[in-house]
Amino acid sequence: MHFLKLILRNTLRHKLRTGLTILGIIVAIVAFGLLRTVVDAWYSGAEGSSETRLVTRNAISLVFHLPIKYQDRIKKLRGVKEVTHASWFWGVYITEKNFFPQFAIDAKTYFDVYSEYIIPPKELTAFTTDRKGCVIGRKLADVYGLKIGDTMPIRGTIYPGTWKFNVRAIYDGAEAKTDTSQFFFHWNYLNESRKRVIARSARTTDWVGVYAINISEPSRASEISDEVDKLFKNSLAETRTETEKAFQLGFVSMTDAIVVAIRIVSYVVILIILAVMANTMAMTARERTSEYATLKALGFSHLFISGLIYGESMIIAFLGTLIGILLTFPVAAMFSAKVGTLFPVFGVSLETIYMQAIVALLIGITAAVIPAFRSAQVPIVEGLRSIG
Amino acid sequence: MENSSEPIVHIKHLTKSYRRGEQTVPVLTDITFDIPTGEFIALMGPSGSGKSTLLNLIAGIDKPDSGTLEVGGTDIALLSEGELADWRAANIGFIFQFYNLMPVLTAFENVELPLLLTPLSFKERQERVELALAMVGLSDRMEHYPSELSGGQQQRVAIARAFISDPVILVADEPTGDLDRTSAGEILAILDRLNKEMEKTIIMVTHDPHAAKTAHIIRHLEKGELDVEN
Repeated sequence: MHFLKLILRNTLRHKLRTGLTILGIIVAIVAFGLLRTVVDAWYSGAEGSSETRLVTRNAISLVFHLPIKYQDRIKKLRGVKEVTHASWFWGVYITEKNFFPQFAIDAKTYFDVYSEYIIPPKELTAFTTDRKGCVIGRKLADVYGLKIGDTMPIRGTIYPGTWKFNVRAIYDGAEAKTDTSQFFFHWNYLNESRKRVIARSARTTDWVGVYAINISEPSRASEISDEVDKLFKNSLAETRTETEKAFQLGFVSMTDAIVVAIRIVSYVVILIILAVMANTMAMTARERTSEYATLKALGFSHLFISGLIYGESMIIAFLGTLIGILLTFPVAAMFSAKVGTLFPVFGVSLETIYMQAIVALLIGITAAVIPAFRSAQVPIVEGLRSIG
Repeated sequence: MENSSEPIVHIKHLTKSYRRGEQTVPVLTDITFDIPTGEFIALMGPSGSGKSTLLNLIAGIDKPDSGTLEVGGTDIALLSEGELADWRAANIGFIFQFYNLMPVLTAFENVELPLLLTPLSFKERQERVELALAMVGLSDRMEHYPSELSGGQQQRVAIARAFISDPVILVADEPTGDLDRTSAGEILAILDRLNKEMEKTIIMVTHDPHAAKTAHIIRHLEKGELDVEN
C-alpha cells in the first residue's frame, strides 16, 4: 500500500513532465492503432473472403476477360453449387474522388453466391426486374446520402458515356467485416449497351471479368480449381482458378511495399516514444538518486528501489495507453469518414487493442530498465552526495 | 552516564581509500579505536579528514579496504549487500545534514518508513510514530509535508525517523550544519535526551565546536589519522 502510494505520489511530482510524457504516449498509441487499422483494412478483402468460393480469371491477366459461355460449363462440374460472374466497371460518380468498387453482375445468381450481402426480398425483386437498376451497400448509401429510388449517374472510363442507374436495393453486411461500399448493376445492361455501340465485336461483348464459384466442400477447393482450369486448357481464354482468399491476397501483394512502409512507420512511432519515455525515467531516477540512497541506507532493498522506478514507468505507460486506446476509436471513425469508401471495412480490431496494450507494457518495462539498474547499483555514499 | 564495559563499536587497523581515476587516494589510515555502548561521541576534523567516511563505515553504508570493523558484535565488513541492508534497518538510525526526507511523504509517513521493514501492524506503527513525533515536539505537524516545515522541524522529523525502529546506534552527519543557532540548540538537546534517556549510542560528525560540546567524547581526525581529545 505504502509502496503504491510512494509510486503514485512520485508520478505526480512533476505534473508537467508526466503530463507531456503521457501525451506523447497517447499520440504514439493512437498513431500505432490507426496505422495497424489501415493495414487491417488493406487485408479486409482477404479476411472477409469465403472458404467455399473460388474465383476464376483469365490465366494471362485480369485485364483479359472470359467468355460468358464458360458459366454453364463450370456449373456442370461435380461439387459446384452455383456460378456467377462480375465485371469491373470503373466509373466516376460526380468526381474522381468518389471512389468505390463498381461491378456489372449476373443479377440472377450473384446474391446466391455472395450470401453475406443481405438484401430485403422486395428490393431484390425490384432490382432484378429493372434493367437499369442497381444495388448499393449501406456504407455507400450513407456516405453519399443515397436512398431507394434515387438515380445515380456514373461516367464510364473503360466503357464511355454517362450511365444512369436507379437505386433499387441497399444491402447490409452479414458481418462487420463485410464490405458494404460496393455498387452492383446488371451485366446484361452493360453487355447490350456495348453491343449497340460496338456493332457485335466478339472481343468486347459477351465476355465477363471473373467467375465466382460456390462449392459445396471447402476441402475440394484445390481439386475443383484444377478441374476448372483443365476444362479450358488450350482454349482461346485459358483460366486460372484459386480460392477467393488467394485471389484477394494477390491484389494486396501488388501494394506490399505500401503495407510494409506503414508497418515500419508504426514501429518507428513506438521506438520514438520509447526513447522519450526512457529519457523521462532516466531524468526522474537521476533527480532522485539521493532519495533512493536514503531509502537504501534505511534498509530498503535494491529490489524496492527498482520497483519504485518500474512502477512509475508502468503507471505513466498505463495511463497513456488507456487514454490512447480509448481515443483510437473516435480517431479511426474520423479517419474512416474522411477517406470515404477508400477503405470498405475500417474498424479497430481486438487484435490491434491487444497489440497497443502489449506495446505499452513493453514501453513501460523497457524505459525503466536502465534507470532502475543504475539506481540500484549506485553506492549509498555516492548517492547521498548527489544533488537532486 | 553509566556505560557498559563492552564497546558497541570495535575498530582495529581500519583503512579506506578511494580511486580517483588512475590514482588511489587514502582516506583513513590504520584507525584503531572503540566506542563504548551508550556513549555520545563527536568526530571532528577539517574537510577531507575522513570523518564522514569513518561514520559511513560504522553505519554500514560503505566498506573498508582492510581491518576489523565490529559493530554490536558483528563484523559488518563480512556482510553481503542484502545482509547489510537488514542489519542497518535493525541497528542504525541515520540523521543527515540536509535531513533527506522524502518530499512526497508527510512527516508521519516519513517517520513511519523504517517501520515498514518490520512486521508491525498499522495500528502499532501509528502509535509508535505518534509517540516519536510527540517526543520531538511535532505532534501538530504530522500531516505536513517537508516543504511545509522549517529546517529545524525537518531535522526533528529526521531524528524521529532515526530512532523510531529503536536502533542501537544513531549516526549523525553534521546534524546542525544547515540550521540556525536556535534550531541547532533544539536538535542537540533532543540528541542529548536520546542519549541520556533512551541510552542510544550516538556518533556525530560535526565542524561546530559548540555542537561537539554536547558529546561526551570528542575525537579529531586529521589526514585520515585519529587523534584523541577529551
